[in-house]
Amino acid sequence: MINFAKVFKAYPKGVFALRDVTFRVAKGEFVFLTGHSGAGKSTVLRLVYVGELPTEGEVRVSGHPTQKLNKRDIPRLRRRIGIVFQDFRLLADRTAEENVAFALEVTGARRDLVGPKVARVLAQVGLAAKARAFPHELSGGEQQRVAIARALVNDPFVLLADEPTGNLDERAMRGVFQLLREINANGTAVVMATHNLDLVRQATYRTIELEAGAVVYDSADDGGGAVGPA
Amino acid sequence: MRLAVREAVRSFSRAPVLSLLSVTTIAFALFVVGLVVLVGLNVRAALAQVGERVEVVLYLRRGTPLEAITMAEQDILAFPEVADVAYVSEEDALARARQELREFQDVFADLEQNPLPASLEVTLKPEYRDAQHVEAVAERLRGFQFAEDVRFGRDWIAKLDRLRSIAAAMSVLISAAFAAASIIIIGTTIRLTVLQRSREIAIMRLVGATDGFIRLPFLLEGALKGALGGALAVGLSYGAFTIVSRLILRGRFFTAPETLAFVVAGTLLGLFSSTVSVGRHLKEI
Repeated sequence: MINFAKVFKAYPKGVFALRDVTFRVAKGEFVFLTGHSGAGKSTVLRLVYVGELPTEGEVRVSGHPTQKLNKRDIPRLRRRIGIVFQDFRLLADRTAEENVAFALEVTGARRDLVGPKVARVLAQVGLAAKARAFPHELSGGEQQRVAIARALVNDPFVLLADEPTGNLDERAMRGVFQLLREINANGTAVVMATHNLDLVRQATYRTIELEAGAVVYDSADDGGGAVGPA
Repeated sequence: MRLAVREAVRSFSRAPVLSLLSVTTIAFALFVVGLVVLVGLNVRAALAQVGERVEVVLYLRRGTPLEAITMAEQDILAFPEVADVAYVSEEDALARARQELREFQDVFADLEQNPLPASLEVTLKPEYRDAQHVEAVAERLRGFQFAEDVRFGRDWIAKLDRLRSIAAAMSVLISAAFAAASIIIIGTTIRLTVLQRSREIAIMRLVGATDGFIRLPFLLEGALKGALGGALAVGLSYGAFTIVSRLILRGRFFTAPETLAFVVAGTLLGLFSSTVSVGRHLKEI
């Protein structure tokens, strides 16, 4: 479903963000991407949602090589990928439900379908009661839940989460992580970049560790999920 | 489309100060262009008034029969350049001379015979009041058998011609310069709005909005600002015009179609600037 084959990503001045990265993410899988800041975790995610293209090698998403997608196909692909960031990226002047509805509206969804669908995902992330609240009226954990609801509203096949718990306190972090696990249990693949090793250790999901742009550890090579790097 | 209108209105109401600022900027940029165009129009109107005095006079041989004159009048009226032909008889000419040249009263009183010839005064249509056409008409008038002489202010018309070309060239050049300046100002103003919303654009892209979908509200917003700016500029021009008319000289203001054209120009400018700004921004991110 997501396929990286010998991927290199270079930036101007010859800095390599990724070197020879190869891995596959299967349908419905939960994968942790770990590593220090600057190891290349966010670059991997950007290559998946076609925010960037590989310098060398091939990235395939849902069977399509991203380099061969034409400009019109990119938005269509992104509608099938949910994306969540550390800084939530909500529109400050819109309520929780408007933020979620926005992601549906840009796809040209029928008006009568928007309301019920938004209500359903807000209930799924546990925010039905705060649908009319603006982002500044919500806690960090709640804002991230709105962002997750927005990512889910188009029924994505994969949810990309870039340090989704990085800005949250312990309790909110556990809540958001639990939510991601539930989403995964419902069949959506989740790729979560994090440097929170406690989270990684307590779950038995596959872990890919990056260092200076290269994959240094993939628990799938050990024959399955379990513990992360030493 | 409904969504795009909603987004455009939302952006207006969300940043009222910035919106007002850009409308005002556009208005002042267009106001300057409006003033230049208005001055140009008034100079042209003034020159046209002077041009009305362009005429060719055909002096008739003494004793030309009236029927021949009437027929010639019909012929001349059929010239494509000619607006009007007036017959001035010998007596009319003398009467006019007496009235206009009072200092020669005594000379006229002593006359035994009227020395003034009868004439046909030929006025040209406005579009033909230049040296070339006047000359051509004069040449044809000389062809009449009973033509004693044909007169027109050759030097004067040539000067008027030159003045007209200079005025036209100046007004085109100055308007173009100011229009270019306002395009840049309006473009920058709209770009500011786009930059202010770059975060929103990035989010729209992440959730899978197409470039066309992202662009539409900005285009609507640009067009709306341009239209409002254009309307405000007409208002400012009218204010300036009223003051000048009252204090210095009377002139003409824009006609209704010209006013409309001005507002439409503002709208198109807004549309054009926002197309360029959003296009550039979408290419960058």
